Amino acid sequence: MTDARPIISIRDVTKRFGSVVAVDSVSLDIRPGEFFALLGPSGCGKTTLLRMLAGFETPSEGEIEIDGQAMSNVPPNKRPVNMVFQSYAVFPHMTVHDNVAYGLKVTRVPRAEIAARVEKALALVHLDGYGGRRPDQLSGGQRQRVALARALVKEPKVLLLDEPLSALDAKLREAMRLELVHLQHSVGITFVIVTHDQDEALSMADRAAVMQAGIVKQIAAPGDLYEHPNSRFVADFIGKVNQFEAKVAGVSGGRLAVEIDGVGRIDVPHDGAASGSICIAVRPEKTRLSKERADGDRIQLRGTISDVAYYGNESHILLDTDAGVQFTTTVQNDERRTESSFIIGDDLWISWSPADTLVLVD
Amino acid sequence: MAEQAAATAPATARRKRRRRREVNPLDYLRQPWMQITLLISFIFLYFPIVTLIAFSFNDSRRNITWRGFTFKYYEKAFNNVALHDAFINSMIVAAWSTAVSTAFGAMLGLALYRYRFPGKGPYEGVAHLPIVIPEICMGVAMLAFFAAVDIRLSLFTITASHIAFTIPFVAVVIRARMAGFDTALEEASRDLGANEWQTFWNVTFPYMVPGLVAGALMAFVLSLDDFVITFFTAGVGSTTFPLKIYSMVRFSVTPEVNAASTVLIVITLTLTLIAMTMQSRWTKRQQE
Repeated sequence: MTDARPIISIRDVTKRFGSVVAVDSVSLDIRPGEFFALLGPSGCGKTTLLRMLAGFETPSEGEIEIDGQAMSNVPPNKRPVNMVFQSYAVFPHMTVHDNVAYGLKVTRVPRAEIAARVEKALALVHLDGYGGRRPDQLSGGQRQRVALARALVKEPKVLLLDEPLSALDAKLREAMRLELVHLQHSVGITFVIVTHDQDEALSMADRAAVMQAGIVKQIAAPGDLYEHPNSRFVADFIGKVNQFEAKVAGVSGGRLAVEIDGVGRIDVPHDGAASGSICIAVRPEKTRLSKERADGDRIQLRGTISDVAYYGNESHILLDTDAGVQFTTTVQNDERRTESSFIIGDDLWISWSPADTLVLVD
Repeated sequence: MAEQAAATAPATARRKRRRRREVNPLDYLRQPWMQITLLISFIFLYFPIVTLIAFSFNDSRRNITWRGFTFKYYEKAFNNVALHDAFINSMIVAAWSTAVSTAFGAMLGLALYRYRFPGKGPYEGVAHLPIVIPEICMGVAMLAFFAAVDIRLSLFTITASHIAFTIPFVAVVIRARMAGFDTALEEASRDLGANEWQTFWNVTFPYMVPGLVAGALMAFVLSLDDFVITFFTAGVGSTTFPLKIYSMVRFSVTPEVNAASTVLIVITLTLTLIAMTMQSRWTKRQQE
C-alpha cells in the first residue's frame, strides 16, 4: 500500500491571511483508502488545510494534487472530493431525499439513477425511510447522517470531514466514531478528518498529522504518535506525560546518558543524536508506585502524594517529587474497593523502565 | 376606636406592601403604572384613526357631529370617477416601483451583506440615506432632477422617485434576513458540484424569499401612501390616491374623504398583517 501513488499530495503549501501564516510550508501525502486525521489545537491551521483540499481557499504557495491532478485552478465543484461540514450545512428548505439528491441533480445525473443512488446512500447511513422528512424534524445525529449520505452519494475519491463529531453529545460521539470507521471500511473511500480531539484521532485514524501553528510536527500511526512522539508538543498534546528538563551527558551505541536535577544521572535507550538541553518524559501509566525502592535498573524517584483524583476505573495520583517536579501517575482500580490505598502525605517511590522513557529533543 | 384604627394602619400598610412585592419586578405588564402608560399611548396613537373610520359611516355632509350610520359615502367614493382613476394610478405606481425596487434592493442588500470593498462604509451610508433624509428634500431634489434632464412629470416620474426611496428599505430587510445565513450552505452546494449560478438559485435565493416578500410588501405600502415625494413629482393627469384625498379635503372634509382614507388604511393594514404573519411563521420555522 505504501508503494501506491498518493491520492492526495500536498507540496510545500503555505497559506497566508494578510500577515498571519495559517499554514506554513506543509508537505504530506495521503494514501488511497486511508483514514487520515489532521489533529491539533484550535488555530493550528488544520481546517484551513482541509478547506484548501476542498477548494474553498487557494494556497498562497505550493501545490496540491488530488489523484495525480494539480488542483490549483480547479473550483470546488470540479474536484473529486466532498466535504461534511462542521455545521452539517444540510439545506433547510429541502427534504432529506432532495438534500442527498442535490449533488446528482446539479450535475445532471439521469433521474432514474438518482433515485437508486439516493436510496443506497440513505441505507448506508441507516436513514432508510427518512427521505420525506425535513431537516427541522431530524436530530443532530440524523442531520449529520444526511450530510454524510449527501457527500457519499457523489462517490468522491476523498471524503473530507471538518470536526464531524464536535456538535454531538458524548455518548453519540463515541458511537459515531465506530460507525465512521465501519463506514470507511465498507465504502473504501479515503477519509480526511479534521479534529482537535486526540482520542478521536487515535481511535479512528490509520495515520494522523499533528499540527501546531501552521506546521506539521509529526505524521505517524496513532501508536507511534503516542509511544514515540518526536517533540514536546506532540507528547504533551497526545495523552498525559510527565516531563523533566535534562542535560545530555553522553551518547554511545544507542544509549543516552542524561543528567536530571534532583534525580541524578540516568541511562536510556535512544537512537540518533542529542546534545545540550533536552526533555525526558514518561507516560503516567508506564510508571509503578512502591513503598520500597524497586529492584533492577528501573529509573527511580522519591515523592510525596499531594492529591488523589478518583475517576472510577482509575485514579490519578499527583506527587511532589524530590526532583522538584510534579508527577502524575495512574493506578487502575482493579479491585472492588471504595477507600483508596493511597493517602495524601504518603512517601512513595515511583519507578519506570528505561525502555519506556521518551527522549524529546525538539 | 380611633386608637385601634391607628394601630392597625401600619399593619395593613405592611400587608399591602408585601402583596405588592409578590408581583415579579420584571413582570412589567402587571405593574399598574405600566398598564396606564400603555393605555394612554394606545389611545394617543389610535384615537384619531378610530375616529376617522367611525366618521366614514356618519350620515352628515359636514362631518362634525354624529348624525347616524350609513354606507352611502362608501358608495359615493366608489362611484367617484376621479377617485377611481387616482386609485388605479396609485396601484400602477406601487406595483411597478415595488417590482423594480425589490429586485434592486435585494441586490444591494446581498452585495452589502456579502462583500467587503474599499469605501464600503461611506457607500452604505449614502445608499441608506433615503431612509433618514426628509421626504420634502427628496421631493424637491427629484423635481429639480427631472426638470434638469427635461423629463415631463407623469406617472413615470412618480414611479422612478418611489423606486429611488424604497430601494434602501428593501436592502435593509434583505440584509437583516441574510445575517442569519450559514455560508457553509453555499459552500456545501459548490462542494456537491453546483456552479455559482445554480448555488444562488437553489440555495441562497430560497433563503432570501421571506425577506423578499417582506421587503416587497414594505415597498408597496410605502409607495401606496406616499404623499410628499409624489406631490412634487406628479404631473397633470397623474394624480395618485393620497393626492386626490388631499385635494378633496381642501374643499371640505366630507365623510367621503373618511371613506376613501379608510379603504387605504384597510389595504395597508392587510398587507402589513400578511407580511408580519409570513415573517413570524418563517422565523419560527427557522428556530425549530
